[in-house]
Amino acid sequence: MSKMMKTVAIAGAVTAAIAAQTTGATAGSKEKCYGVSLAGENGCAAGAGTTCAGTSTVDYQGNAWTLVDAGTCAEIELPAMADGTERKGSLEELDRDLPS
Amino acid sequence: MSVSQTAFHSALLDASQDVPGGLSDGLGQPAGSRFAVYRNNVAVSLTEALEQSFPAIAKLLGPDNFKGLAGIFLRKHPPDTPIMMHYGAAFPDFLAGFEGLSHIGYLPDVAQLEQALRTSYHAADADPIAADALQAVDPDRLGELRFDLAPALRLVRSPWPIHQIWAYNLEPGAPKPTGGAQNVLILRPEFDPQMTPVSDGCAAFITALQRRTTLAEANDLAVAEGGDFDLSHGLGLLLSGQAITRITFGDAP
Repeated sequence: MSKMMKTVAIAGAVTAAIAAQTTGATAGSKEKCYGVSLAGENGCAAGAGTTCAGTSTVDYQGNAWTLVDAGTCAEIELPAMADGTERKGSLEELDRDLPS
Repeated sequence: MSVSQTAFHSALLDASQDVPGGLSDGLGQPAGSRFAVYRNNVAVSLTEALEQSFPAIAKLLGPDNFKGLAGIFLRKHPPDTPIMMHYGAAFPDFLAGFEGLSHIGYLPDVAQLEQALRTSYHAADADPIAADALQAVDPDRLGELRFDLAPALRLVRSPWPIHQIWAYNLEPGAPKPTGGAQNVLILRPEFDPQMTPVSDGCAAFITALQRRTTLAEANDLAVAEGGDFDLSHGLGLLLSGQAITRITFGDAP
């Protein structure tokens, strides 16, 4: 291929790669959702020597998170608390359901 | 203390050695059995650390074999840092050199993949280039670009289907490995490392970019290695994986 043709081919490939991004970029996106994981099932794939994974001790613990599809965190259905208050997932740490 | 660190350390990793003399429990009593408890805890905790860090290898070998192997490894390669998240970096090479396992050829490469996932997880954060940064470049000069890639990027090349083997052992419902070579690209677009099997051409493309060749050179090398290499696919992977952190002209670092 001549240098000229290569330049054109590269420019075309870059344009195609960028175009593909705008269509599918957010599809697989995740967010950290606090207060929705069951005890011992909070996320973390860091391996040995880290203490984050599976360390939550109560269900729906407010400072433990799970990765969920972006935009779904606040919509996850959770049972209400003992006193009848509604539970919701949150993108920020919560101070409810902390281990005593 | 009347025990040298050398004597303490060597007895710690060798249960056939006597408890070093001169250890006391703080009340003047000999502390021999305390040392034995500690010696056992060291081996058990390092074995558990390896098991958590190499879950696919642990599954492939089975619990007894894995424990036995870990026992040999940890005595040959005791930790050189107190940070357990880095422990076991020498494990893939150890497996490759272990004669009794030479009939399971893929084992070291699967361990390499697990190690790459760990180091990717713990690699520094980096901001990807803006989505329109490449669009802003003069199309005639795109081929002269050099890329900085994210610190979390890893590429593992293997003559074995390592991603299939990994998935079959750790992901519920994953299909049985069908064989063939596999290259695995690991990117960390958000929080957890993501694996993508890539073609030989694509692997050559990424290796070339890591060596800071220009985009045009990387494309030539990739096509030379895998004739079906598709530049827009290779670039698309890096862009969607948030793996390009800087673009520059010339060879300025």
